[in-house]
Amino acid sequence: MPEATAARRFTLQEYKTDQHVDWCPGCGDFGILSSIQQAFYQLQIPPHRVAMISGIGCSGKTPHYVDTYGLHTLHGRALPVATGAKLANHELTVVAVGGDGDGYGIGAGYFLNSGRRNLDITYIVFNNGVYGLTKGQASPTLAKGLRTKSMPEPSIQEGINPIAVALGAGYTWIGRGDALDVKHLVSLIVEAIRHRGTSFLDVFQTCPVYNDLRTKEWYAGQDIGRARLQRLDQDPSWDPQVKQPDDLAEVVQKKVRALQASYETGDRLSVGVFYKIALPTYEDQMAEKVPALKDHPLVDLPLDQRDIEGLLRSFE
Amino acid sequence: MTGAVQSSVDRRQELSWVLGGPQGGGINASAELFARALARGGLWVFANIEFHSNIMGKHSYYRVTAAPAAIHSHLDTIDMLVALDEETLFGDAPQRKQYPSHTGHVHEVVAGGGIVYDADLKIDQTRFKRQDVQLYPIPYLEVLEQALTSLGRPGQARKHIVMRNTVALGASIGLIGYDEALVEAIIRESFKGRKAEAADMNVAAMRTAAAYARDHFSVRPRAQLRALPEGERRHHVMMKGVHAVAIAKLKAGLGLQTYYPISPATDESVYLESQGPAHQLVVIQAEDEIASINMAVGAAHMGVRAATSTAGPGFALMSEGIGFAAITEAPGPVVFLWQRGGPSTGLPTRSEQADLQFALHPAHGDFPHLVVAPGDLEEAFYHSFESFNWADRYQIPVLVLLDKFLASSFFTVGKIDMSRLRIDRGLLYQPATPERDGYRRHALTANGVSPRSVPGTAGGIFSTTSDEHDPQGHITEGVENRIAMMRKRMVKLETAAREIPSSFKLELFGPGEADVTLLGWGSSKGAILDAIPALERSGRRVNFLQIRMMRPFPVQEVSAILGRSSSIVLIEGNFSGQLGALVREQTGIEPAHRVLKYDGRPFSRNEVVEGVERALSERQPEVMVSHA
Repeated sequence: MPEATAARRFTLQEYKTDQHVDWCPGCGDFGILSSIQQAFYQLQIPPHRVAMISGIGCSGKTPHYVDTYGLHTLHGRALPVATGAKLANHELTVVAVGGDGDGYGIGAGYFLNSGRRNLDITYIVFNNGVYGLTKGQASPTLAKGLRTKSMPEPSIQEGINPIAVALGAGYTWIGRGDALDVKHLVSLIVEAIRHRGTSFLDVFQTCPVYNDLRTKEWYAGQDIGRARLQRLDQDPSWDPQVKQPDDLAEVVQKKVRALQASYETGDRLSVGVFYKIALPTYEDQMAEKVPALKDHPLVDLPLDQRDIEGLLRSFE
Repeated sequence: MTGAVQSSVDRRQELSWVLGGPQGGGINASAELFARALARGGLWVFANIEFHSNIMGKHSYYRVTAAPAAIHSHLDTIDMLVALDEETLFGDAPQRKQYPSHTGHVHEVVAGGGIVYDADLKIDQTRFKRQDVQLYPIPYLEVLEQALTSLGRPGQARKHIVMRNTVALGASIGLIGYDEALVEAIIRESFKGRKAEAADMNVAAMRTAAAYARDHFSVRPRAQLRALPEGERRHHVMMKGVHAVAIAKLKAGLGLQTYYPISPATDESVYLESQGPAHQLVVIQAEDEIASINMAVGAAHMGVRAATSTAGPGFALMSEGIGFAAITEAPGPVVFLWQRGGPSTGLPTRSEQADLQFALHPAHGDFPHLVVAPGDLEEAFYHSFESFNWADRYQIPVLVLLDKFLASSFFTVGKIDMSRLRIDRGLLYQPATPERDGYRRHALTANGVSPRSVPGTAGGIFSTTSDEHDPQGHITEGVENRIAMMRKRMVKLETAAREIPSSFKLELFGPGEADVTLLGWGSSKGAILDAIPALERSGRRVNFLQIRMMRPFPVQEVSAILGRSSSIVLIEGNFSGQLGALVREQTGIEPAHRVLKYDGRPFSRNEVVEGVERALSERQPEVMVSHA
């Protein structure tokens, strides 16, 4: 495809739409939206070469605010739609976004199975512990025993550990960010998009209206006199990168460390890159079967020129 | 399609041959080999299988129907029964205390017919309770031993016990007098290269068994079948519905096929996957049908022709994805729904036409989609091909209704007319400038279709959503926009109805006016067509209206044809008469008689004849038929 605009630099403004952003004042989503726009800007990906795919919920509105191609899909189905989109045109940068209810509840099957494929896409989860748009019910990440202000009773279901699930599912880049630390979040999104393979980024996000437990003050640790969020990369010995992808011992060792870090809860929550490994992508493997895909995306192949005479003859 | 009733089968020239045995016992290979040998001899062949949802051991049977003239259906009588086990003969009542799943096939054999079975079963011949059929006990293992000995492999019969199928097949071929050289040729084609040794053994088994049967039994079964003289042999392609549909999809430029394994749809996807490398097709096995449909919607939005194939239980999961495709005006996907017996898990490996109303109402809310229901493999081919053009032209999901009977039966297919196949990608947006120029993905137009931009294109950026949206694709709940968008989407049905040629919508077979009009759809077309000569024998004039497009429904055409009929008999394979309900809803016309079948088996020709005769002669509003 001729790249008429490739020569010039895109401004940050070009990644923004004129749509009114209808999130509540103080919503953590603003930080994530801004980080996504800044990451695209830093990477200078032409807006028309990006497809943003979202689920349903407050986070689902993100594509309307980012001036790229966008599909605001169904509750929990962002990943399958993103998968189809990427298979159709692997030259596009495909970023899926959704909430924690969307991704870990109704879309849990797709969260799990997308980890098995390793398509070169990025999945960002806006994790605030509640279903905001339906007025604050417990989401799959809300810990057992908690009761936000709109819940009639405390939750008696355990909260899931999405980092641990992602490790088991096979994601090849796993990270966690904080919507309130935009600078760090931008760097994580940039790295996640650059990673070849499926990158999964869970983002702690406050819901000032419905989650009165996981507030800005709580994350800042005002009650314990110390920030709850700790950056993994502040530990000089922290190295999430698998050096020898076919060395199972190293893979397991790195995953065990990441798993331990993911289970630090309460007074210490880790953010940063938990795990990364370079493995063949789904597209790489598909191109081994269909070599034309090495040079062109599926959408550009001359599929309307197929000759079926031979196939019909095989049934004579 | 000429519209003429082409069936002219002389019952005396037709052979109905059934091979039965345990699932996994190789009956498919033997029956398909036989069917191919018949087709090679210039005969019209039709072969259908019945099997349990089970991997190994349960009773399954394969029926091969062949004739020198066109046939589109099977009879439920048998001229030659070939049994690999005792259950094929007498059913499973001895093993099951209650509700036997079948009573065997001996009672289905016509007078003068033959039964080949294993002499080693040592069955007392009085158990057959049939004086009017010929019994041919053949010692399968002993004959196999003879065949292997002739190849210098004495004492190996037990080692090669799987070839007892070929022995049974060979014995039946010897008895009906079919050309063994044609069968040998097909066997050799089936076992090539490293399997050539197996070819020799199978040929020897087939020929030794044929000779054994001829030498030991002087009385032949009444039905004898010969290949046509070489000069009169037509060039026959013989395939299953899953193949016809898959090849049509390849020709239509399919880029992505998604699927989740489910009977009877899986074979289509597996065949497509086998063709992927050669034809640049991507096939992905999804984690469930929700993923299947949504992957296909995502790909369709990116500009790739996308499809998914499933059966009723999977289609039930696709509801929201179809609504999503419709409201976002995706160009597709095309969904292939291979119906099986419902409801719920129902009868996974059996056939039924009970998903029509579901296909018409697959999701919540009012939205446009197309539903077509081809009745045979040629229609399946052309409808499948054209469905992708419709998906692109109208930017709507298209649903192709098929069933297990079409999926897994072998049909003789006429030559595909390639000149009829033209790809039309519909209206595309060509940006005048790579900069933003106010492109509106859902621009309001008179025919409902807005030019679509292919993502990746500079200047064509859009975002769209499953929420109600404005022409730019952004969420809005305003009433004016809502009304305009509902009308914009729904008017596409009128556009489609106006533009799609009538031949894709319906066909009237037989005279324009008749004493009785048969009304049906889908795979029962063959049995209905073949039943007409028998129904006309009493002097009545009979025609058959086959409806192929269910949405948009061809209201005027159907009203005109049915309005002229003095008596309408609805024939369909479900409990409630789902096409009848649609016809009444759309035209106000209610058929006087309904012939229904919901035993999970396809209509046989004689069931149609019996059902229609009973409905008319007994003045029954509803007749249920089940010979299975």
